[in-house]
Amino acid sequence: MDTMNDRLVIAGREFQSRLWVGTGKYKDFAETKKAIEASGADVVTVAVRRVNITDRSKENLLDYLDPKKYIILPNTAGCYTVEDAVRYARLARAAGVSDLVKLEVIGDEKTLFPDTAGLIEAAKILIKEGFIVLPYTNDDPIVAKKLVDIGCPAVMPLAAPIGSGLGIRNPYNLKIIMETVKVPIIVDAGVGTASDAALAMEYGADAVLMNTAIAGAQDPIAMAEAMKYGVWAGRLAYKAGRIPRKLYATASSPIEGML
Amino acid sequence: MTIQVNGESRGIGDGHTVAALLRELDIRADRVAVELNLEILDRKDFETRGLREGDRVEILSFIGGGAE
Repeated sequence: MDTMNDRLVIAGREFQSRLWVGTGKYKDFAETKKAIEASGADVVTVAVRRVNITDRSKENLLDYLDPKKYIILPNTAGCYTVEDAVRYARLARAAGVSDLVKLEVIGDEKTLFPDTAGLIEAAKILIKEGFIVLPYTNDDPIVAKKLVDIGCPAVMPLAAPIGSGLGIRNPYNLKIIMETVKVPIIVDAGVGTASDAALAMEYGADAVLMNTAIAGAQDPIAMAEAMKYGVWAGRLAYKAGRIPRKLYATASSPIEGML
Repeated sequence: MTIQVNGESRGIGDGHTVAALLRELDIRADRVAVELNLEILDRKDFETRGLREGDRVEILSFIGGGAE
């Protein structure tokens, strides 16, 4: 299969890469840029924060990530209420050029699990205002269906808590989500290493979004490249169709011709 | 007159517009969102929108972040 022509389409937009990356936790912008280049990702998620007005010598992230080259996906990270998430999404749209938003309404500081009731409420408001809402949600098939029903063109269920590196904690729920909704599924958060990303794609995810697994690795640039291949391998394996699991052996060499 | 910019008091000249404030702060207008007294401004209004005593201005932009 030609990975270059295996494009992901969400709300009429074409995405070249099935690995999407965050831009937080890097040592500096130079490292951010190198890691993103190594990952091959064309979608990068960014947060919206106050500009530092006292130290204007600080560089801007967009000096390193050309918005013409990358699809900038603003997120509402750090928002714990519907009001805040909606406010930050509107600010992101005002600061940028597109209607895309990775919507997060966080429910709890310890787990950073989504507040799914708040998420649905915020998504409804933003969709009405013309946003393309990509919701960061729990691995809950019912919530995923509700999000799609109100107009989300994709859903982003977590693999495990943000930054935990635990990998896919509930593969069965993810599979049910993939069977339940007919929109692209982007597994978002919780991936620890390349095999986790590969597994997500083997299960049938359409893309994987990660940040800490790359930025927090001892060599973020090497890990970014590993993730690129992990996602590719998983996608290829998914398309190829794996063999069924069996309890007993099946010889791969013929019996004929033996002495 | 005095206004609040990103939570800090700041003296500016009378009749300053949002665009003038951004220039004074050396901030590129095409990369930020500006909220004036909780109202998000359209970028095309930066040049014409005047500031008044006590206004609360928030200037935001994209920073590195993945989730939370």
